[in-house]
Amino acid sequence: MRIVLAKPGLDGHDRGVKVVAMALRDAGAEVIYLGLRQSANQIAVAARAEDADVIGISVLSGAHLALSRQVREAQEAAGVADIPLVVGGTIPPQDVAPLTGLGAAAVFPVGTPIADVVKGVLALGGGHR
Amino acid sequence: MTTTDSGIPVEPLYEPPDGPDPALGRPGEPPFTRGPYASMYRERLWTMRQYAGFGAAADTNARYRYLLSQGQTALSVAFDLPTQLGYDSSHELAASEVGRVGVAIDTADDMAAVFDGLPLEDLSVNFTINATAPIMLAFYLVAAERQGADLTRLAGTLQNDILKEFLARKLYVFPPQPSLRLAGDVVQFCAQELPRFNPISVTGYHAREAGCDAVQELGLTMASAIAYAEHFTARGLAFDSFAPRLSFHFSSQMDLFEEVAKVRAARRLWHRIATERFGATNPNSGRLRFFSGCSGATLTAAQPLNNVIRSTLQCLAAVLGGAQSIHVMGFDEALEIPTEESVRLALRTQQIIGYESGVTRTVDPLAGSYFVESLTDSLEARAAELVAQIDAAGGYVHLLEQGAPQRWIAESAYRAEQAVQSGERVKVGVNQFTGDDDAPPPRLFEVDETAGQRQRDRLARHLATRDEPAAQRALAALGKVATTDENTMPALLAAARAGGTVGEISGVLRAEFGEYREPAPW
Repeated sequence: MRIVLAKPGLDGHDRGVKVVAMALRDAGAEVIYLGLRQSANQIAVAARAEDADVIGISVLSGAHLALSRQVREAQEAAGVADIPLVVGGTIPPQDVAPLTGLGAAAVFPVGTPIADVVKGVLALGGGHR
Repeated sequence: MTTTDSGIPVEPLYEPPDGPDPALGRPGEPPFTRGPYASMYRERLWTMRQYAGFGAAADTNARYRYLLSQGQTALSVAFDLPTQLGYDSSHELAASEVGRVGVAIDTADDMAAVFDGLPLEDLSVNFTINATAPIMLAFYLVAAERQGADLTRLAGTLQNDILKEFLARKLYVFPPQPSLRLAGDVVQFCAQELPRFNPISVTGYHAREAGCDAVQELGLTMASAIAYAEHFTARGLAFDSFAPRLSFHFSSQMDLFEEVAKVRAARRLWHRIATERFGATNPNSGRLRFFSGCSGATLTAAQPLNNVIRSTLQCLAAVLGGAQSIHVMGFDEALEIPTEESVRLALRTQQIIGYESGVTRTVDPLAGSYFVESLTDSLEARAAELVAQIDAAGGYVHLLEQGAPQRWIAESAYRAEQAVQSGERVKVGVNQFTGDDDAPPPRLFEVDETAGQRQRDRLARHLATRDEPAAQRALAALGKVATTDENTMPALLAAARAGGTVGEISGVLRAEFGEYREPAPW
């Protein structure tokens, strides 16, 4: 199971994504963390190159809707739209449905237990390819 | 006469019968354990400084007028991410971020609009800005010039702590060495021109928020202050010329007594470093003053009203520790940018502690508590040991460049999260007492989606109407200065006056200094 994690957009809050990365690693997944300020295109291309089973992005600036849409579009363009996208961060409850509407397979707002994040991500990994 | 509520007189200071313990000293006297000033809150309460900024300049100006009308005593500017990273609002990467986590500032005109009608000579203003701090300072000084302000009367703080961006906050642009040079340019310029302005705020807050513990926060902050002092003295500044204007910024989290002990230990430790390591002779050089930020990382999205109580305890810890200024979080910050109501409640939290609780009646009220003094000693000793380890490993900047302290923080954050998950650490409403939460969800801040477009239009008008050759000349002159060892501040001021934008000015510096990329975390 290979997971590409990244922070799109400009915010630097990487505590959450690193905790998730370590938890996934401890659960046996292979985690490729791309780091901060990744463009949607960089994320999609990396996911293709790494043959990722899941893409995870973390946004704490409030720009999650626009950035998730960009990543989904970049996935289409890179031919990897079938890789499930999961989104975490400071996401108010009313934005969860719009995120799934634009193609996020799962949304983990701040406060989601890490065990649930891990379980949710691992469950998605099985369906790809 | 000051008394308790039942009429018992309260002295400004309580001490052992045979005089002060030398390890503590008197408040306002070395080693400053008990506070930087003799009379502390008996004379004047701390500065209540709520961090705020969003949308375009006019939106933020309205929020500042509101906060000042509610009794806030100073301002603290939050900038949006493009501004903090040196991109104009029209830049491709800025698209969905303009005006979102702070105010969008592209030009000196925008800065002037933020403070429209607010007399800068009479206001203390804090700027949370780092990679682009010299540019924002230049914009601010141009705004002040246009108000006809006397620059020597300007008070406030520029965060300008670039090292902690590499460590924890992550809004760096240039590599560490040119970044340090820019920070030093600001410090040198302020030492000469802005005697009431703090040109740097050495910050442990973000490392703590990113996951380290109180000992690490204290040790890393001191290591970083040492790194700055070494860098500034190496470029020829006398320690005593800048040290009195260094300010510090700590976090205030949930462990009440440890938080109080931490800042008491910080004052004693910094005094020792200033005198023993840097040979300070100016008594103000070792007088640590700090801004306390209550903690966003401790707040929960579940049962958000509980966060009011968390913030109250954190604010109380900052007050008992003797903070010079305090920010209290909005209870809704785990969900969105705080609303006007939640910001007002945060300010009221400070006012209730300041005006109703009575804890301000005497200086350093916890001094002499066996527990608090023992904790103060332990925190100081452990932090000093961490500083010694960092020295032995080649110094703070070297370790940062290798990514070592970044890894300590990430590992510490993971352990803290595991402790919450396992239930070893109780989080009310999260892993215990979760019950049915009947409270209606809070009304959240609604982002004005038009702000980005308004700001881009404003920038386009600016570019169309400025004196283009003058702007280009000023930018070219800045580029020349950047290649030398000269201080960049005069050229930055000239570029700001000529209508240069944050993106253009940063572009000139990027071309000369390059951009930093973080080493892989594992």
